[in-house]
Amino acid sequence: MAQEFTPKVVTANALIEGDVVYLTAADTWARDLAQAEVLTDEADADYRLLQAQARAGEIVGAYLADVKHGPNGPEPTHFREDFRRKGPSNLFHGKQSEGLSRA
Amino acid sequence: MYQYNDFDTAFIAERNRQFRAQVDRRVAGNLTEDEFRPLRLMNGLYLQLHAYMLRVAIPYGSLDPAKLRQLAYLAERWDKGYGHFTTRTNIQYNWPKLSDIPDMLDALAEVGMHAIQTSGNTIRNVTSDHFAGAAADEIEDPRPVAELVRQWSTDHPEFQFLPRKFKIAVIASDSDRAVMKSHDIGLKIVERDGARGFEVWVGGGMGRTPMVAKLLRDFLPRADLLPYLESVLATYNRIGRRDNKYKARIKITVHENGLDEIRALVEDEFPRRRAAFSGVDQDWLARINAAFVTPTLSERDAAVYYAARDADAVFRAWADTNVTAHKHADHGIVTISLKAHGQTPGDASADQMRLVADLAENYGHNDIRATHAQNLVLPHVALADIPAVHAALKAVGLATANIGLASDIIACPGMDYCALATARSIPVAQGIATRLEELKIEHEVGHLQIKISGCINACGHHHVGHIGILGLDRAGVENYQITLGGDASETTAIGTRTGPGFAYDEIVPAIERLIFAYLDLREGPEETFLEAYNRLGMAPFKSALYDAEARAHAAE
Repeated sequence: MAQEFTPKVVTANALIEGDVVYLTAADTWARDLAQAEVLTDEADADYRLLQAQARAGEIVGAYLADVKHGPNGPEPTHFREDFRRKGPSNLFHGKQSEGLSRA
Repeated sequence: MYQYNDFDTAFIAERNRQFRAQVDRRVAGNLTEDEFRPLRLMNGLYLQLHAYMLRVAIPYGSLDPAKLRQLAYLAERWDKGYGHFTTRTNIQYNWPKLSDIPDMLDALAEVGMHAIQTSGNTIRNVTSDHFAGAAADEIEDPRPVAELVRQWSTDHPEFQFLPRKFKIAVIASDSDRAVMKSHDIGLKIVERDGARGFEVWVGGGMGRTPMVAKLLRDFLPRADLLPYLESVLATYNRIGRRDNKYKARIKITVHENGLDEIRALVEDEFPRRRAAFSGVDQDWLARINAAFVTPTLSERDAAVYYAARDADAVFRAWADTNVTAHKHADHGIVTISLKAHGQTPGDASADQMRLVADLAENYGHNDIRATHAQNLVLPHVALADIPAVHAALKAVGLATANIGLASDIIACPGMDYCALATARSIPVAQGIATRLEELKIEHEVGHLQIKISGCINACGHHHVGHIGILGLDRAGVENYQITLGGDASETTAIGTRTGPGFAYDEIVPAIERLIFAYLDLREGPEETFLEAYNRLGMAPFKSALYDAEARAHAAE
């Protein structure tokens, strides 16, 4: 019996800058998790991931990250993804300092 | 220290040219990521949580002012103004862009530095004693041998695709200041019957199966070093496991085959390897040796130093912890703490790096070391100059008086930066240090090594911490296990787990309970935490950790 498929986003690191990006429904790579396309169908998610992985000129290391629906868009369900979207907790560096954090 | 000759300079230039072209091809799409990844790893370029990370080699931890200033320049020009010193005495930059890496490598090449083989399944940065050349107890400076091994291992055609990474350390004293017995190969320079040679230790390591190295060869004549290393590496390369990443280090190969079998295979290979060496390596070692002359240290009246100790309690406290006896009576070894309470362990800003470079130039014979404990060292400073050094360090926040104390914590970058991490380590280190500062107890507590790893890979050396902390992911929440009784010295020992782990908001109070338990249990101030633990065993510490919790919960 297959496990229930939980909502996911496609995430990766930008090839040149190295920072965290998320795949949007418009096929762009957004720096802001709120703009990510939330995938709720497993086959759909697999297909979007394959498409992302083919974009090796733009990104590196694409994978599907668990999210849950939030009032302002998808929210991480694991603390690792929370760090990825915000930045490190010891210094005000990364996305939080670029004004892109939702935290 | 060793200066690049024309060959070295040309080699690095060519390597950088190759990598620049590889980056171009990757960006243009002519290399896939799978093809590019091993190439970038061999040049020290990782992809981490938030950005790329460049790990620059600091061979055997040795720097001079020009090198350190260039590291500061890299931090400012291509990063966020700081660098992180690691437990393998390298420096990491957390925020470079892929397109800037070739320029960074060229800038490093200008000062004879590189990022070659700081990652990948190959021989990594060779580490050594951060007090080399200054310590009274060494029989010779181990760094020329470390430099020889570095040159031999760099781009060695046979050993670029080992089953896994390979780490070598070289020491030359009974005191092990380089965690030698936790390395894949540890070399200890010894003298037997008037001849210099090596004890060869094999199969030490941290990670998910920590092991203490075993003695492979009790005495290896000096001239046989490279052929013998080749024999060990060739044996490992041949029979080391490639089917399971977690069983691929040589420590597992030794464990599974048995030390006697490994020794037999190595000794069997050795005559072939020996025959291939003409002795030119020993000539070359003699030339390397000539580059490592201890500076002429003049007699300098130390009265100013002792007067400052008497007059200034802050200076005296700092000198007590951060100044170590030098083999020359008028001099001291100054350890610069990169563990300011509440700061990220091992981080230094570009300004701080430049200040240290200036101090080395003015007072330190142009000699700076990075230590595996993530601090810096000025190994040769006249005692008379140390008050001025301290004053300069104070001005830039580098005068924390805590070397060897509980807030001199080793911590890996952890989940704040590292893609492999399962939990954060930096905030735990910050929390412990801040609490110790609040309680003002660490001078009373004395020597206590706390080491924190943010995952099972143990880059924070938690296995050999007197108190070790391992951050894990337990049901999606950070959970910290504590180990006790680890030892990173020549009496290397792996710590023992205390029991269930602690949540992120519980771990600092748990450490506090341990420290207060130690203060209660110790025979006197001369008995260190580790000594008390070895005398009493786990029981009273386990009690301090968990009984209070049980009582607190029972009261609810």
